[in-house]
Amino acid sequence: MKAFRSVTSRAAVLDRLDVDTDQIIPKQFLKRIERTGFGEFLFFDWRKDPAFELNQPEAQAAKILLAGRNFGCGSSREHAPWALEDYGFEAIVAPSYGDIFRQNSLKIGLLPVRLPPEQVKELMERAHAGEELTVDLEARTAGGFPFEIDDFQRECLLEGLDEIALTLRGKDAIAAYEATHDAPFSTLSV
Amino acid sequence: MAQTLFEKVWESHVVERADGRPDLLYVDLHLVHEVTSPQAFEGLRLAGRRVRRPDLTIATMDHNVPTGDDTPMDPLSVQQLDTLQQNCDEFGVPLYATGSGREGIVHVIGPELGLTQPGITIVCGDSHTSTHGALGALAFGIGTSEVEHVLATQTLSQTKPRSLRVNFVGEKPAGVTAKDLVLAAIGRLGVDGGVGYVIEYAGPAIESLSMEGRLTICNMSIEAGARAGMIAPDETTFAYLEGRPGVPQGAAWEHALDRWRALPTDAGASFDREIEIDVTAIRSQVTWGTNPGMVVPIDGAVPDPAAFSSEDDRAAAERALVYMGLEPGTPIREIEVDRVFIGSCTNSRIEDLRAAAAVVEGRRVHPSVRAMVVPGSAQVKAQAESEGLDRVFEAAGFEWRRAGCSMCLGMNPDVLAPGERCASTSNRNFEGRQGAGGRTHLVSPAVAAATALAGHFAEPGE
Repeated sequence: MKAFRSVTSRAAVLDRLDVDTDQIIPKQFLKRIERTGFGEFLFFDWRKDPAFELNQPEAQAAKILLAGRNFGCGSSREHAPWALEDYGFEAIVAPSYGDIFRQNSLKIGLLPVRLPPEQVKELMERAHAGEELTVDLEARTAGGFPFEIDDFQRECLLEGLDEIALTLRGKDAIAAYEATHDAPFSTLSV
Repeated sequence: MAQTLFEKVWESHVVERADGRPDLLYVDLHLVHEVTSPQAFEGLRLAGRRVRRPDLTIATMDHNVPTGDDTPMDPLSVQQLDTLQQNCDEFGVPLYATGSGREGIVHVIGPELGLTQPGITIVCGDSHTSTHGALGALAFGIGTSEVEHVLATQTLSQTKPRSLRVNFVGEKPAGVTAKDLVLAAIGRLGVDGGVGYVIEYAGPAIESLSMEGRLTICNMSIEAGARAGMIAPDETTFAYLEGRPGVPQGAAWEHALDRWRALPTDAGASFDREIEIDVTAIRSQVTWGTNPGMVVPIDGAVPDPAAFSSEDDRAAAERALVYMGLEPGTPIREIEVDRVFIGSCTNSRIEDLRAAAAVVEGRRVHPSVRAMVVPGSAQVKAQAESEGLDRVFEAAGFEWRRAGCSMCLGMNPDVLAPGERCASTSNRNFEGRQGAGGRTHLVSPAVAAATALAGHFAEPGE
């Protein structure tokens, strides 16, 4: 996984509630079997509208996305964080996220920061005014506001750890668990 | 100490627990489909890793498969299905491919084959994995990185969610279905009300539901933001499972029953949050907007965004109405539809098809409506055909199709055209979900069937 420490950049503002992963990356792009190249299809349908937030000049080259409540709800498609990351975003700041989206983002080094709604609104105003923001994982701050993230997830992100390798270090514990638990179902013949 | 169903299943699957770390949770069953797995298998290949427990892993093909008899597949879909076949061959994962007789929507075949069992943990790279919780399993959707983690280790590193009990109180009025109960619950909770929680659905209205109805309820947990939903296993569950291919037989079956009977939430166990929903007030539900929480009773009308208290909610409602092409105040029953879709992992099981068939038997689909029925699995299709349901649907003017995800998400040839309005038994009315520019209204199978006949939203018998 790509490591994340901090990012300073202009921020794109997407002040909408409940943006679902179907909007972030529509289904027709889920047929690809690669992990890369999804950025050009990010918000595919919404981007056709010249008035769409990410089409505005101030949103160009933004590495931080400011979003509304429950960002990334719906489908579990990891293609959504892949598309955001491939497009150039390194961190998202929102009041809350869809659980699976948040988990998926953490796994690929795209930092989903949670801040109270009024602080996100304030950052949106500052971004509209052209201010650059800093999201700093080491200091656990976004635009100067402190945010919470659990120590383990923070460490994984800071170090860019391969979580599978980490788990496999404890493979004796997995084998011990398996030795005392039967497989739940009879294996079916295909 | 008194424990909830969720805690019992979670605690019995903790492989490792350390301070400041998420729990390492054992996965009993890993379901795999073509869309969210190719990059995970590729990751294994690049790292030189194997699938730790191919015997606890089962793959099927569902999202891309065409449901018409001779509909050609686009080259990317073909590639994705071929890739799944190759990955399953290479890593030794059993695959129920199209034509095997056991294929179907992953969340339909798990319970149907008896793989989904009380007290086990199930994951799948699909958010509707919550479905399997209907049998008392802890089941949730994961992303592709997590799919790779489970393939390699048969475990998942997870922070323990909080618990939420949704108590349905009172007696369910006649004609109100499981779909209406869950849509009403989502309307109440909101689409993010369940974020961070595992929901347990309880109360007499849940206990009296069939297994199919319970699967519909748990399926839509994710639409309230909850990764998992669960229902206590009981005699309905055991009767459903008995004799299915994946469940233990003989003495092992009796032993399994003993374990399963100990799973329900203990008296006095506490939840992080509880809500009550008065079932007696629930009527047939129809969504009007672009998420499943935007829902009203069929007797109601399209709401006025001005009535929403927060500015954000007002803006969301306004955007939704523009997308849906609806005016505030329009009675739901006056909204005309172009398409009707009966299918998806929410409502494509035999009971759903029976309910819809009972409504349309001897009648005709409205001339301006194109209606289709897509069974959830090859076995549901065979069962329905043995009961003559296919003939009932076809005589009424419905298309009777092959099993698959179909028009729930439009990754296959079944899609809405821009601007088309659809009464759908699926789970998501997001913008473009069933096809770019398509307008989706979520309803129960009975309402979908009645709507197909009337040409506008209607209940059976109207």
